[in-house]
Amino acid sequence: MAEDKSVAVEARGITKSFGQGVAALRALDNVSVLVRENEFFTLLGPSGCGKTTLLRLIAGFEFPTYGAILLHGQDIARLPPFRRPVNTVFQSYALFPHLTVAQNVAFGLQMLGRPRAETAARVTAMLRLVQMETLANRRTDQISGGQAQRVALARALAPAPKVLLLDEPLSALDYKLRKEMQIELKRMQNETGVTFIFVTHDQEEALTMSDRLAVMSAGRILQVGTPREIYEHPADRFVANFIGETNFLQGEIQASGEGSAEVRLDLGVTLKATLPRGGLPRGRTTVVVRPEHAVLGPAGADTGLSGILENIVYSGVDTQFHVRLASGGLFLVRAQNSHGAPAQLPGEPVVVTIQDGAAQVVGD
Amino acid sequence: MEPSAIPALEAAVDAPRVAEHAARRDLTGRWLLSAPAMIIIFFAAIGPLFVMLAYSFMAKGDYGDVKLGEFSLDGWFSVFLQRDIFDDTVTLADAHLSIFWRSLKLSLVTTLVTLILGFPTAYFIATRPLRSRDVWLFLITIPFWTNLLIRTFAMQQVIRNEGILNSLLIATGIIDQPLQIMFTDTAILLGMVYVYLPLMVLPLYASMEKLDFRLVEAGYDLYAGRLGVLRRIIIPLVRPGIVAGSILVFIPSLGAYVIPRVLGGGKTMMLGNLIELQFGGGRNWPLGAAISITLMILVMVALLFYVRNASRLGAQHG
Ligand SMILES: Nc1ncnc2c1ncn2[C@@H]1O[C@H](COP(=O)(O)OP(=O)(O)OP(=O)(O)O)[C@@H](O)[C@H]1O
Ligand SMILES: [Mg+2]
Repeated sequence: MAEDKSVAVEARGITKSFGQGVAALRALDNVSVLVRENEFFTLLGPSGCGKTTLLRLIAGFEFPTYGAILLHGQDIARLPPFRRPVNTVFQSYALFPHLTVAQNVAFGLQMLGRPRAETAARVTAMLRLVQMETLANRRTDQISGGQAQRVALARALAPAPKVLLLDEPLSALDYKLRKEMQIELKRMQNETGVTFIFVTHDQEEALTMSDRLAVMSAGRILQVGTPREIYEHPADRFVANFIGETNFLQGEIQASGEGSAEVRLDLGVTLKATLPRGGLPRGRTTVVVRPEHAVLGPAGADTGLSGILENIVYSGVDTQFHVRLASGGLFLVRAQNSHGAPAQLPGEPVVVTIQDGAAQVVGD
Repeated sequence: MEPSAIPALEAAVDAPRVAEHAARRDLTGRWLLSAPAMIIIFFAAIGPLFVMLAYSFMAKGDYGDVKLGEFSLDGWFSVFLQRDIFDDTVTLADAHLSIFWRSLKLSLVTTLVTLILGFPTAYFIATRPLRSRDVWLFLITIPFWTNLLIRTFAMQQVIRNEGILNSLLIATGIIDQPLQIMFTDTAILLGMVYVYLPLMVLPLYASMEKLDFRLVEAGYDLYAGRLGVLRRIIIPLVRPGIVAGSILVFIPSLGAYVIPRVLGGGKTMMLGNLIELQFGGGRNWPLGAAISITLMILVMVALLFYVRNASRLGAQHG
């Protein structure tokens, strides 16, 4: 691989089974993924899809049934956790209750046998980074959830790991604190230059924070890409459905060219849609359209999908229009709110026009 | 509104007095409620202690018992000292001192050995799946169902010269003469470890069960090896169990009576046997009472020292 130098973590064909024989459960099924150095990489997927398992394999708490885990090109799959330059921020934080905040942060450095003065200086610097200097001597059961999360972060960053693993570290926080911590996490990743592998099942969090993300389902990685790639060009039905709101339309590929194809929808309209990377599905296909990539117009235009406007949902920044298509399906259109009331009223016939190149063909 | 305002005002003026009255009644009520407990504590715990204390300061009766009301320090004198019958010189009572020393030593070693054996046992049980844990705990508590005397005699069957252990060792050719274990300190130690081990395992298990094993993982994650995790995380967190288990084993060990009697024979006495001797064949009740109280003070001093030390160690860590 040409860019081998910049690869921080690589999983090669990882399979992880729990239990034996008939009762065996495949938590991960032939998973391969590359995480680049200094990247904010997110694992996103529904509950039980294997995110934590993959993280625990990288941390060393579990060992893969098959496959290799490489850290900077070196196979670490058989090393115990205390020999891996990788630290974890646990979902439950797992702060040591018998130690103070500062002692928690110092723990890793002490175990590495760093000189006393160096440890003290590093602890101070870490506590400053997470803005917890004033609470250095508190017991860990006397701090708030957000503070505990910051201590967990400082503790994991103190030994200067090559890779930091974060297992849903924000899931226990309330909405406002969560937003603040998202920004702080990004800031800390920029300041420290450490590779972050972040686990979440919150798609909004994944999209806003990640450099790249992997969407997982049932022990497999379905798609890896930048938030924009994943959102605008989902590779398959599950990804499209899991991330954001989506309209699914059935149709037939008529002609395909370089990366795009003419698709004749069952509703009688022909449109140009982007093809997924790799192979192109022949014959019948599914096309996805994001609600904000469609425009609502008055009945009469002949290039769109005609239907009846059923419902209007106002939500501050934008408005959602529910359109009942001729096929009986519901189509969602989202429009930014400008001043004044929308032109259409519920019950009126309307036409939905899909923006050029906004439709995406997905595999099933 | 208007008419009812006046009684309300009166009530408000009255309130402090009413509250005071209620508080007084409350206090009497509380005393009454706790009376049964107080009576039991007095008759079962404090009362006998005072009887013992009083006896230890009385002259001994000719055929046991004490001469009521006749003050004497002879009992206390003989705890550690003895007077030569011929020339009246006062020397240290070597026999008593060596029994004190042996009891202390054996109890400490018993506590240490049960801790060393009990710790991995409790850890093993605490890390089993929930269902099999109950089975293991059940197995640990089975000995409690059997009388102490029977358990001690069972131990005798194992270690006596013609017993299971020696037969096995001779049969396998490891030794050709039976090992003399019976009637030695080793026999007493074996017996005490066997009998008191569950008292160590149970409190250890109780605190290990509460241990959050994610903290152990966090320790491994932060470069602590197996020994580091044991020393810096597991031991500090289960310290309450270690303290409780040690106390539960040390106290009965120090006063053990049946085990040294059966396994140690008449030769190797412990404090319990010495006390029994004074109230029985020795016919020296004041001395027996004085030794009993000395033993109690010994236990209290040891506990104070131990708990202090343990909590200071804890404070050093956290
Ligand atoms: N130690 C284990 N023994 C048996 N099965 C396990 C074990 N750990 C995980 N699993 C199973 O493996 C699958 C993946 O679990 P994992 O914890 O990785 O999911 P996850 O994606 O982190 O989910 P969540 O978002 O709920 O945390 C689940 O079906 C889970 O039941
Ligand atoms: Mg998880």
